[in-house]
Amino acid sequence: MTATVVQFCTFTLDGLWFGVAVDRVQEIVRHLRLTRIPLAPPVIRGLMNLRGQIVTAVDLRRRLDFPDRKSGDLPMNVVIRTEDGLVSLLVDQIGDVVVVETETRDDPPPTLKGAARELIRGAYQLPNRLLLDLDLDRALVLER
Amino acid sequence: MPVPNEIIQEFLVETHDSLGRLDVELVALEKGEAKSETLGSVFRAMHSLKGSAGFLGFQRLESLTHVAESLLSRLRDGKLTVTVEIVSALLATVDAVREMLRSIELNGQDGEQAYSDLIARLRALTANEPEPASSVEKLSSFHDQTIDLVIPEPARLSLPQPPIQQSAESQPVRNARRKRKPKPASDLVIPPLDSVSDFVVPPSGSEIVVPQSGTSKVADSTIRLGVERVDKMMNLVTELVLSRNQIMQHAVVLTNSSLAAAARNLNLITSELQESVMRMRMQPISNVWGTLPRVVRDLSLECGKRVRLVMEGADTELDKSVLEAIKDPLMHLVRNAIDHGLEMPDVRQSRGKPPEGCLRLRAYHESGHIHIEISDDGAGVDRVRVKAKARERGLLTPEQAENLSDDSILSLIFLPGFSTRDAVNSLSGRGVGMDVVKSNVERIGGQVDVQSAVGAGTTFKLRIPLTLAIIHALMVTCAGERYAVPQTSMIELIRLDGNRVKTGIERIHGVRVHRYRGKLLPLVSLTQVLGGDDENDGESVNLIVLQADQQQFGLIVDRVNDTQEIVVKPLNKLLRGISCLAGATILGDGQVALILDVTGLAERALGEVRKHTAGMTDVDMEPTAVSQDMQQVVLVSGPRGERLAVPLSAVARLEEFPATKIEWTGTRPVIQYRDQILPLVDVLGLLERLTSVGWDSVPTGTRVGTESQSTSDSLPIQVVVCTDGASYVGLVVGRILDIVTDPLLVRSSSAREHVLFTAVVQRQVTEVLNVSSLISASEAEMLVAGAKA
Repeated sequence: MTATVVQFCTFTLDGLWFGVAVDRVQEIVRHLRLTRIPLAPPVIRGLMNLRGQIVTAVDLRRRLDFPDRKSGDLPMNVVIRTEDGLVSLLVDQIGDVVVVETETRDDPPPTLKGAARELIRGAYQLPNRLLLDLDLDRALVLER
Repeated sequence: MPVPNEIIQEFLVETHDSLGRLDVELVALEKGEAKSETLGSVFRAMHSLKGSAGFLGFQRLESLTHVAESLLSRLRDGKLTVTVEIVSALLATVDAVREMLRSIELNGQDGEQAYSDLIARLRALTANEPEPASSVEKLSSFHDQTIDLVIPEPARLSLPQPPIQQSAESQPVRNARRKRKPKPASDLVIPPLDSVSDFVVPPSGSEIVVPQSGTSKVADSTIRLGVERVDKMMNLVTELVLSRNQIMQHAVVLTNSSLAAAARNLNLITSELQESVMRMRMQPISNVWGTLPRVVRDLSLECGKRVRLVMEGADTELDKSVLEAIKDPLMHLVRNAIDHGLEMPDVRQSRGKPPEGCLRLRAYHESGHIHIEISDDGAGVDRVRVKAKARERGLLTPEQAENLSDDSILSLIFLPGFSTRDAVNSLSGRGVGMDVVKSNVERIGGQVDVQSAVGAGTTFKLRIPLTLAIIHALMVTCAGERYAVPQTSMIELIRLDGNRVKTGIERIHGVRVHRYRGKLLPLVSLTQVLGGDDENDGESVNLIVLQADQQQFGLIVDRVNDTQEIVVKPLNKLLRGISCLAGATILGDGQVALILDVTGLAERALGEVRKHTAGMTDVDMEPTAVSQDMQQVVLVSGPRGERLAVPLSAVARLEEFPATKIEWTGTRPVIQYRDQILPLVDVLGLLERLTSVGWDSVPTGTRVGTESQSTSDSLPIQVVVCTDGASYVGLVVGRILDIVTDPLLVRSSSAREHVLFTAVVQRQVTEVLNVSSLISASEAEMLVAGAKA
């Protein structure tokens, strides 16, 4: 029986380790200057110029209802392709690309609360750490 | 040795272009509108197609085109005249060639079909006895109106050269390429495909055609480039811009003047380069419209209808991706108009219409959008049938059907699964059309609208925002951020300095206004609207007079920068709900700037003011609404010089009473007047002052006539007795100035109670009172006061 594997692009947020399917990620970029968008929901931190493309920056900490990162700490950009253009997830740090077997997938830990609970659709128990599978499509939908 | 793939690719691309042109030219020939060289051009196209087919080894293609070429040869020599049958056969040939090209693309062979029927047909037409008429123009007959068919005839050739090949067949093609004269780089003009035939070795005895001079329309020559190449160029240029910026930052401190000059030069060139590349993706809508003459011709023949096609604004430019998106919707709407909209010629005639129906396409830019209209002068939409069909399909309940307005009925046609066509045919009526049109247009941020008059015709309007289009914009700064204001909405720029800051901006009860060309312009602070704090220091004010749909207003910004041409990029759908923002752009220095939506700004800022005045139902509150009625008003003034106007029709009398006559019921002042109790209304706060401050300190402005101090007892108060026909109220004023007749032209909304609106009368800001609301408020208070007393 062949095991199916999934490749995740991983990153950390508030000490937790998350992953998104690697084929959704266009690239990783260091922090780029953001143009603030007045009247926008706070989750959207602004717009950035990525080689001529306008990318909408979504603060994943805010989206998950985590506290804001400390001022002075610059986030990294995980740039995602969507059918509506490019969106960047602002994360704390970038991790490795990790290959996991789908068999090792578990339900998300019950200790998650609020938005995090909705947006995490599974967890992979790796030797040292728990990798949380982020539901990208839901993360990119904001409630009105 | 097999022909290399690149050569076949080139052949396919060039032939497709050639076929597109043939479509247009053949239809034009049929209608008698072709120029004299069109027939020659069609012939040469077929001839060279035959030649290429020959040495690329596509025998079936060669056979077919050979027969077509013979037919065209006779036409060109004047031995045959152009007829509908001939054109139909030639168009069928074009279609057959397309099929063969598809086959070549798929498996390298020109297909299994020999097209013997078509070949026989072409042969038969060729063998026809020559007609006595000799010139093509004779076909004009009933097509004697002009068509604004503006289709450039581009000569498109692919830019990349095929790699060097040794096969004998490819030699002539390569040589042909080399023999073309290089043009100066700035033009990159390449002579049309036709001239390839000069250098092609004909496979068998047919003559070499020398192209006539003047067939290549140099001004319309184009180069074909893959979109990915253009995008890559755009990205590189953007990176270049960033590097340029870095260099410029260093160049500022340069002492070496020649280096500084070189840096400046680099700056200029980079900006120009960036602009040029941004324009590259723009294409005229004629690229899509170019296929329409053929489509319309075929459809009208199939339906048995006669259609005249008019296209206006063919050179309106759109970004390529927008063009792609509207191609199918446009095609469907055209089919729909011909199939459903236009009536049969005899029906039209019986209705007094010309037998030829008119299909008009119009494209233009306006208020930041691209508008495309498709109208027909046909039968219009039968709303009764639409309603019936909707009910039949279960899209409407009977109750809903009762209450639908005309416009709502029309919009039913956009529902999925809707079609009034009973028989499904090849054209339309499958019920999948209109809703797909709507969703395709909405997907690119646009809207579809339909207007229809039974018997007169139907017009579909597409309104597509200028996403990915280039607009002129004024760059402004507000709270440290830069914003772009689309110039289409801009009327004027005003700067108020020094003293004019005070005098130029008046506050009419909460709303800042500026007097502008005889109008009152409500002012909006951009910082405030966008949620910030307005820290206007008052030293100078920058005002942009903007037009938002129905309304003009002035936008206050911190600083006005320069005007630029910017590329509009749409905002992610996460942000589309923000009404004040229309999109974003990347400026020359690589920073992202937001583009303002003028209509959204107006709604957000001025909508608040409108809410205050929502209670006043009987007046149009539009600031720029123009009232043409001259009205007679009584002009009065208050203690601080403020002016009120009371419509004369509501005034019963003008009275003066000594202040001692004022009696009080509770807190309400009243006066006994002609056997009635007249409640007094103290709009200007005069009585308040009298009662609180004491009679002696009544300011001079409240006295009429002499300046002398009257004794407090007999201090007169001026009262304008107003009525709504049933009840009376006395308006206490300072001075009664005059009775004037004024158009009350200039209006601005007011937030104050009992004020209808603000106008400029005798060059002064004047509040026009709402007498009926005054009266009702007063009555209500009287009741309360009475209850308390």
